[in-house]
Amino acid sequence: MIKATIVSLKEFKKRQMSGLFGLVLGLCVLLICLVCSVTLGAAEIPLHRVISSFIVFDGSYDRLIIQTVRLPRSLVAILVGSALAVSGALMQGLTRNPLADPGILGIESGAAVAVVVATFLFGSPSLDVYTIVAFLGAGATAILVYFLGSLGRGGATPLNLTVAGAALTALISSITTATLIVSQRTLEEIRFWLAGSLAGRDIDMFFQALPFVLTGLIIAFALGRQITTMSLGEDVAKGLGQQTALVKIATAISVVLLAGSSVAIAGPIGFIGLVVPHMVKFYIKADYRWILPYCAILGAILLLIADIGARVLLKPQELPVGVMTALVGAPFFVYLAKSKVKK
Amino acid sequence: MNFVVIRSQGISLRINRRVPFMVLCLALAILVAMTMNLGRGEYPISPGDIVKTLLGLDTGNPDHAFVIYNLRLPRTLVALMVGVALAISGTIFQGLTRNPLADPSIIGINAGASLAAVSVIVLFPSAPIYTLPLSAFAGALLMAILIYSLAWNNGSSPILLILIGIGLSAIATAITSLMITFGEIYNVSNALVWLAGSVYGRTSEQVFSLLPWLLVFIPMALTLARHLNALNLGDDVAKSLGSRVEWQRGLLILVGVALAGAGVASAGNIAFVGLIAPHLGRQLVGTTHEGLIPISALLGGVIVVMADFLGRTLFAPIELPCGVITAAVGAPYFLYLLIRNRKK
Repeated sequence: MIKATIVSLKEFKKRQMSGLFGLVLGLCVLLICLVCSVTLGAAEIPLHRVISSFIVFDGSYDRLIIQTVRLPRSLVAILVGSALAVSGALMQGLTRNPLADPGILGIESGAAVAVVVATFLFGSPSLDVYTIVAFLGAGATAILVYFLGSLGRGGATPLNLTVAGAALTALISSITTATLIVSQRTLEEIRFWLAGSLAGRDIDMFFQALPFVLTGLIIAFALGRQITTMSLGEDVAKGLGQQTALVKIATAISVVLLAGSSVAIAGPIGFIGLVVPHMVKFYIKADYRWILPYCAILGAILLLIADIGARVLLKPQELPVGVMTALVGAPFFVYLAKSKVKK
Repeated sequence: MNFVVIRSQGISLRINRRVPFMVLCLALAILVAMTMNLGRGEYPISPGDIVKTLLGLDTGNPDHAFVIYNLRLPRTLVALMVGVALAISGTIFQGLTRNPLADPSIIGINAGASLAAVSVIVLFPSAPIYTLPLSAFAGALLMAILIYSLAWNNGSSPILLILIGIGLSAIATAITSLMITFGEIYNVSNALVWLAGSVYGRTSEQVFSLLPWLLVFIPMALTLARHLNALNLGDDVAKSLGSRVEWQRGLLILVGVALAGAGVASAGNIAFVGLIAPHLGRQLVGTTHEGLIPISALLGGVIVVMADFLGRTLFAPIELPCGVITAAVGAPYFLYLLIRNRKK
């Protein structure tokens, strides 16, 4: 008996070590991607010039490009990627829905329509207003999708939620389109943002969204243990003495903070929140205390790579990064729908 | 005795008594809707003048003939025909999949058609207009085959079909935006007007490129309706009733895909018409497809013509594409169906 305990303790420590090792490795990869993202682009800037631009404060073009264009954009990609991935993981864990993703469930489109309507009504708002309005839209849509999906038999099953999300997205997109057509001015101000792109994001945007994303991430990481229990089923979680209502509310707040702020700075970017948690689960099966940080890192890496791809694949033209993520993510969604959803 | 049975040589037909009456009512509704659509706009024309102009009589104002024949009649006709095509296609898919939520726009067939048509517009801008329905048909067919092989084979699960459709739509939409990002700006703006699901600026050219598709495939749909009844009961029942299941299903899919493709090729992706029309039709005349197909076809026509009318008048002088109107009405209806369907 004692021996068994000791072995499992060793095993436990080993897992902790390998988990930590993976995180460190992930951070290293992220750093490499960040360097690539800053180095690659339309203008050819050799690596040593990139490094020197951080040290030597000369007024050269290269430094200008790196400091005002590429670095902010890469940082925004990291922020948005990790926010989307973690919010996807939270939703997948909480609703036990392998298809959950802030894009698929309509939360991103809800945030988007809120921003569009706000722009239409109040003219060009500052990013602060964008963010708050996006939160409101994301929150309202999340509640609505959950409510609609849980009506009817079976409650909030993956199928009900996904289909409700898709229908709500169709409705919301029609409102967005109508608003944009009715108001030319709104369209002018917002179309670059609506495509789901990281182009032209400046460092102010990064710093304005940062506190919201950090708050969301901290709540998420703090909830890791509870989400792990919830992912076994709500009954099990209740049986183990968890206050499920409280956990649900906290998770929802975190999801809305993460998805809302990422939409506010980058527009709707789909499928990152879907794909990343599944990739992480190849490595870590069920423990959300580990899954969530891994998702944050992997999401950032993936979105950085997608953004580099969007810039480099067809130089000098640039793809919207939302198209890149959809091209990779949608086939994955079909695969998941086929293999993971019980008929 | 709600049914009339008609038998003569080789033909036997059993339809709901209400069908002929409803057909008349709906035809009247279509006429009213079309007259409204022809009369309202930047340049209002009174219903009397519209009828006169259409009959070829002189109204004393040469503008009338120009406005009606060159501007408003083609778009109204395209709206009508597209509505009919999409509604029949939706009826067929709902019957075949035994899935009340199936609609060519939801299960991704329209997205496939859009992708093919946008590719043609962007890559081969000089291609003549009749190639659009052909390519849209090819895209829709490809999509249908993909969906069929991915979802229908393992015992048709209604929701799985929709999930696969959502995924495939996302792929097709992403590739479509790629096309839009890289095309010549002039071709792209052509494609964009068209993608929004609108009948804006349609000319008689579109009317005549769409017409043959309707003339071929609507009669096919009507003759296949009785087989659709059998298939709707499930493969086993259909087989024991003597249906050649695979062959008839193949034909019906072809008809449904062709009509959806032709509709999308003429007016872009007008969503949810193929969902709403059959449901309303079932409320009116029940589920027998011989009666349901014509009724939902007419309903589809009314819906799209009315949507176009609303889109033109709600925020005049700005025009909303009629696809926006149908989505705004159709999506809540879809949710309602989803909830009601689950409760059973």
